Amino acid sequence: MTAELCDLSAEDTARRVRAGEIAATSVLDSVLRRIEAIEGRAPSAEGYVPQPDDRLTIHAFITRTIERARRQAETVDAQVHRGENPGPLAGVPLAVKDIFCVRDTLSTAGSRILANFRAPYSATPVARLEQAGAVTVGKVNLDEFAFGSSSESSAFLPPPGNPWDPARVPGGSSGGSAAAVAAGEATLSLGTDTAGSVRQPAAFCGVVGLKPTYGRVSRYGLIAFASSLDCPALVARGVRDAALALGVIAGADAHDATAAAVPVPDYLATLEAGVRGLRIGLSPDYFRLRYPDPATGEMRERSIEPEIVEAVRRAAQRLAQAGAEIVEGVAMPNTRFGIPAYFVVSRVEAASNLHRYDGVKYGLRAEEPVTELAQLYRKSRGRGFGVQPKLRILMGMYVSAEQYEKDYYRQALRVRSLLRRDFTEAFDPAGPYRLDALLTPTTPTTAFEIGAVYGDSVLMQYADLLTVPANHAGTPGLSLPAGFDGAGLPIGLQVLGADFAEAMILRIGRAWESLTQEEPWRKARPRILAEAGA
Amino acid sequence: MSPTEEITPAIFAHLIRLAELELEPQEAEYLRGQLNAQLTAIHDMASIDVDPKTPITSHGVPYPEGARPALREDAAQPSSEAEAILAQAPETEERYLVVPDIPHTDLG
Repeated sequence: MTAELCDLSAEDTARRVRAGEIAATSVLDSVLRRIEAIEGRAPSAEGYVPQPDDRLTIHAFITRTIERARRQAETVDAQVHRGENPGPLAGVPLAVKDIFCVRDTLSTAGSRILANFRAPYSATPVARLEQAGAVTVGKVNLDEFAFGSSSESSAFLPPPGNPWDPARVPGGSSGGSAAAVAAGEATLSLGTDTAGSVRQPAAFCGVVGLKPTYGRVSRYGLIAFASSLDCPALVARGVRDAALALGVIAGADAHDATAAAVPVPDYLATLEAGVRGLRIGLSPDYFRLRYPDPATGEMRERSIEPEIVEAVRRAAQRLAQAGAEIVEGVAMPNTRFGIPAYFVVSRVEAASNLHRYDGVKYGLRAEEPVTELAQLYRKSRGRGFGVQPKLRILMGMYVSAEQYEKDYYRQALRVRSLLRRDFTEAFDPAGPYRLDALLTPTTPTTAFEIGAVYGDSVLMQYADLLTVPANHAGTPGLSLPAGFDGAGLPIGLQVLGADFAEAMILRIGRAWESLTQEEPWRKARPRILAEAGA
Repeated sequence: MSPTEEITPAIFAHLIRLAELELEPQEAEYLRGQLNAQLTAIHDMASIDVDPKTPITSHGVPYPEGARPALREDAAQPSSEAEAILAQAPETEERYLVVPDIPHTDLG
């Protein structure tokens, strides 16, 4: 398959649309052709029967909003025709993770309980992207309520496939976002990152994933999972596009009291400044994995995959050659507690947020006759929720119960403070490390096969081991493509920064991109595109 | 150490009641097993000594004066979406949400 309009960067697309060189409607047509070629059957919440062919295609979109997109694209073209500026994202195809409300679209959160919910308003980051000229192509698949790391727990199946090998997961929970952007089914995607849900799929799919600082982007219109950790986040094919889109969605919002009143810098202005003189840290605590053995429950420790270690080391070396100072041995001693603390904090918040689904105000109501209200609740929630929400509700209630909360919930909140302290000390300008950023792997492994991990909720959660600390700390993180493993699967490199230091991590990411631009692995394209174009 | 049995069938039954979930027996057994497996991981954190003076925050990033958005005026804003929102309800009658009987419960 040859490169088409849908393969352009967001920056180039918008520039050429604004200049009248290409029409937004032509870009949309190109994206729709790509979707037609590689998407396969649409995921559905009605009785999934797996077919062998399902493992050959992407299945990213729960809902395609084609007519709405066509109207948006025509509006952009009309603005250009009248000599008006449609905005910095003019005509850029956007895929929205189906956990954001988008006015007049089904907004399902990947759950049967919201399968028929039509959003009466748009989430703030969606509204800002559309206001900037982006064209929303559709709503993409995810783990149910973002509960997972593979997108397999969605009620809408088949699950999305990884464009580099569709028999493997694209990661999660923003798996549809990463798959769609990697395969040219969208140029940008708005996802969310609560434990790594944008960075991990970006790593698995060989694209850029940016989780901003907690509070940098409004959560208004985002269907809540864990309110103290949830962060709207971006998937793009390049760092410049991520920077461009962040500038559009960031900033205070009267609808969200946690959207920080911190000025939004011009993220593109400092992007090409290079890394000379920057202090970039490596921490041994990000190169080992401590996890409970599924059979015995015993804690085991092992290194992360050697090819991933090698890729991060190589990246550090390249950045050093470009003038960065690499600081080895940065102590991040609480990293290993990130998942256990997350098992508690996120569950308590999820349980609280999921109480609103009751079969009364909106969403699924069980159809069988009932005699009293509690029975309606039990039947509606029993039918409407999949396994993952049920697990989260039950665990959340257990660890916050009066007799256990001191050992679990309160302890986890204290451990979160310890994780936060690791970051504060690493970035402290008067501290021992004085880092501008920390360089780590994004994930302990590359993309695994569909079905290989799903069902083991502990092992699945450990996929977020290296991303979740930044969610506890609230700090920003960026995942960048860093080559491939022996099986041809993408490896992700993570750049972690201080509070509101998105400009810094984007600048380092852009430097990495420029330094490696001519390397052969940069020319590789997802296998699904090669096969579809054969 | 084997995976914990901390959540016994009795505790599990209590949790299900609190959570208002109706479960199939097979599903219930799977969920209970997974919860206990997760607790094994949680114990890795629960067992460490943490200074009880360690502060607890409601989120990782502090919101110092200046970063905290000003409180908006507490003013009613009529919504034009009332009909669309009501239309989402599974059952309504004259703009009221309809629910089954709520039996009298003695909270003792």
